[in-house]
Amino acid sequence: MEYLFQQLINGLTLGSIYGLIAIGYTMVYGIIGMINFAHGDVFMVGSFIALAVFLILTTVLGFTFLPLVLLIVLIMSMLFTSAWGWTVERLAYRPLRGSFRLAPLITAIGMSIVLQNFVQITQGARVKPLAPQISGGITLIPGNAEAGTIAVQLSYMQMIIIGVTFTLMVGFSLLIAKTPLGRAQRSCEQDQKMASLLGVNVDRTISLTFVMGAALASVAGIMFLLLYGVVDFYIGFLAGVKAFTAAVLGGIGSLPGAMLGGLLIGLIETLWSGYFTVEYKDVAAFSILAIVLIFMPSGLLGKPEVEKV
Amino acid sequence: MIGDNKTAAPAALQHSWDQDAVLSVEHLTMRFGGLLAVNDLSFNVGRGDITALIGPNGAGKTTVFNCVTGFYKPTEGRIVMRHGDKVSDKLIEDATDSGEQFRVEGSSGVFLLERMQDFQISHRAKVARTFQNIRLFAGMTVLENLLVAQHNPLMLASNYTLGGLIGLPGYRHAREKSIEKSVYWMEQVGLIDRADDPAGDLPYGAQRRLEIARAMCTGPHLLCLDEPAAGLNPRESSELNTLLQFIRKEHGTSILLIEHDMGVVMEISDHIVVLDYGEKISDGDAAFVRNDPRVIAAYLGVEDEEEVEAALEDDANGDAASTGAGLKSNDEAGGAK
Repeated sequence: MEYLFQQLINGLTLGSIYGLIAIGYTMVYGIIGMINFAHGDVFMVGSFIALAVFLILTTVLGFTFLPLVLLIVLIMSMLFTSAWGWTVERLAYRPLRGSFRLAPLITAIGMSIVLQNFVQITQGARVKPLAPQISGGITLIPGNAEAGTIAVQLSYMQMIIIGVTFTLMVGFSLLIAKTPLGRAQRSCEQDQKMASLLGVNVDRTISLTFVMGAALASVAGIMFLLLYGVVDFYIGFLAGVKAFTAAVLGGIGSLPGAMLGGLLIGLIETLWSGYFTVEYKDVAAFSILAIVLIFMPSGLLGKPEVEKV
Repeated sequence: MIGDNKTAAPAALQHSWDQDAVLSVEHLTMRFGGLLAVNDLSFNVGRGDITALIGPNGAGKTTVFNCVTGFYKPTEGRIVMRHGDKVSDKLIEDATDSGEQFRVEGSSGVFLLERMQDFQISHRAKVARTFQNIRLFAGMTVLENLLVAQHNPLMLASNYTLGGLIGLPGYRHAREKSIEKSVYWMEQVGLIDRADDPAGDLPYGAQRRLEIARAMCTGPHLLCLDEPAAGLNPRESSELNTLLQFIRKEHGTSILLIEHDMGVVMEISDHIVVLDYGEKISDGDAAFVRNDPRVIAAYLGVEDEEEVEAALEDDANGDAASTGAGLKSNDEAGGAK
């Protein structure tokens, strides 16, 4: 029982990270109907920027107050990663808008390779470590050696990850539901031409969507860095594929779906590793995806395409 | 039914729409490869007028709309939108020569639509349009559809979203105003009870009205309607007439419409432009156009000069049957009232 409890906590933590990345996939898909395969690598770039900023602040500038350092890291990483996201859209996707459907998909894959190799060349192929910054936690259920039960721990890091994710998701949902920008995004999702005839600057709205997705991915990157303590140029690939799976599982194009899908993929992975074998956790996650898609082709929360005749 | 049109005035040399035009289409040509959809078309839309663009199917009416609203870039020609009462020709020429998209001086503004992007035509030149097929945001509520149309003032007031997220007073005020405006238009088109329903759930006629309300929420100087009466029953069609008259009268918005329902066209238009094969074949008020032999020929497909002459003579004899046949749907609409 305690073991399950602990695995649930671990799963939620991992799922939060997937969920944050999945939002970027689902929003871009919603608005221009394209899978941005470079998004996972934007996440990777985000964690590298976070690492660089962190090291500059602590070793070069000598900051020691951790919350302040983390805040600056958060802001800088979001800014720079957003700039990346914006540039990628501007250079690689916008010129292809209106061309055939596969073209942006292929550039996205190309962009992903470019980003990976850029980081590999500039940062080296080896993993970059970061010593654990936030340690400790609280014990929810104390362990009992005699009864053979283990203690259920909730580390501060996990609390931060779940808390930040929850806050961001709520803020983000509000942004989409309530602000003029969110409304413009939803209108572009439905009919770009009509939106532009009503005075919505569609190109700018799409750019901002990429910027928002990249900012969320960079937050995920920071949390990944702090949680696992290592980054390399290749982390974006698997995280990206998982997050994409999460977005599809939840129903691509649906914001709550992306969050739900992320949490589910995280939970499936950790529970499978906890009870069966670690080696096959990816198989489990993707099998669930396949099964869900067979019975619910538009995902858990996705709206089926209804054609009015 | 036919003789009682109030606009049946003796043809003046200078029409009001030429003297005070809100929109001037000048030598517009649109080519699609080898197809000449619109050929050297010029006409004016008078300020505060309801102007109808009519013609047989494939005459190029929608192409003209698409050029005016920035959907297409015209092959040749100039499309001038004027804001303010007296816009000097000099200002227009200056703007044209300078290569600018638009020029605003004091209360008058000149907008060269063929140079502008579609969202700017709505945002700056204040031209709104609806489509032949309904293009509402079906998944959004009625209210949200109207709020999207007020995107630009809201975006500005929310400091590009940042202020909106933290709820600055300036944004809250702007939002209240935009909701007020939406409520006003929902009342005008009778959809206030359905404000929070998805637009896609509304019945057809209501969707048509919502499209017009949404276009009006952008605060247009010129409203372009592509077959607003298509698919409406006679009662809805007459409600539409009332709505359009109301918009013109209360808001001073000029209206340019494409319509096949001759009952609507003849009843509400101040000015009618007739196209056939991409060229203008007639231009005048309802009485003038109705009796123009070229129009009758275009609608009946008469090509022989003599038959046109014959039709003209029939008209002169006051033979209502022949005029009725010339614009047949006029009779149908008359009968439906």
